[in-house]
Amino acid sequence: MIHLWLPLALVCVLAGAGAYGVIARRNAVLVLIGVELILNSANLLFVTMGSVRGDALRTGQVLTLFLITIAAAEIGVALAVILALFRKRGHIDLSEPGA
Amino acid sequence: MTSLDILFGAVGLITAASAVLAVTTQQLVHAALWLVVALGTLAGCYLILGAELVALVQLLVYVGAVVVLVLFALMLTRAPMGRSPEHSSSAVQRIAAAVIAAGTTSLLAAVLLPALGGEVLSARTGDTKAIATQLFGAWVWPFELLSVLLLMALIAALAVSRMPTTSPTSPVPAETEST
Repeated sequence: MIHLWLPLALVCVLAGAGAYGVIARRNAVLVLIGVELILNSANLLFVTMGSVRGDALRTGQVLTLFLITIAAAEIGVALAVILALFRKRGHIDLSEPGA
Repeated sequence: MTSLDILFGAVGLITAASAVLAVTTQQLVHAALWLVVALGTLAGCYLILGAELVALVQLLVYVGAVVVLVLFALMLTRAPMGRSPEHSSSAVQRIAAAVIAAGTTSLLAAVLLPALGGEVLSARTGDTKAIATQLFGAWVWPFELLSVLLLMALIAALAVSRMPTTSPTSPVPAETEST
């Protein structure tokens, strides 16, 4: 027995922290950390809703597994882009104009 | 308050605190390490909510693979150890980001909490067999599509990292060929 406001409040805090990380950070890798936090808040919402409104297809947990896989693919490509950017510019500071 | 409530509250508090620390700490490597704590305790939250398979996949994929990738990227881009104030953004940007983050949080809370906050969920455990049946039954085509997506991401990452670049600012020319 869990009161549902606890996981929902955690979803809100994780999404807010991720949004702060995306906007406030200058290092590109740290921006990615914010993106990961936002994706994880979506995952937690999927799991919570899957637990409270359980259906025969187990949609909540299956979609969470899919989202974790997509996030892994996303961060692989994003880090490759960041490394290519570092080799071209010598830094990954997002606040400076591109070369 | 039930015992699961208290358990989830404790683990969720650690998750929230480490997530906030991961986006606010001034030390670059510490941000990745706080992300480990946040994602690991989030796996604990999944466990309390009765999603064992998701919790284990979260531990394997996120804490095992994604954070290692992030740490490697921080090392390869020569992240400075220790405090790096030259990497922190201006006060105006941080205040704007805090306002937007608070707006996001309160907007989500205003939607989710009044609609669903009063409900009580009874966590079902031991549901893994049903998930596996559905995953390889009803969801099998999206599942196969995901494997194609992972393959495409692998090839794309390889192609991007092997892309020839003219590097005017790269300090070591040999570095462009090494990867």
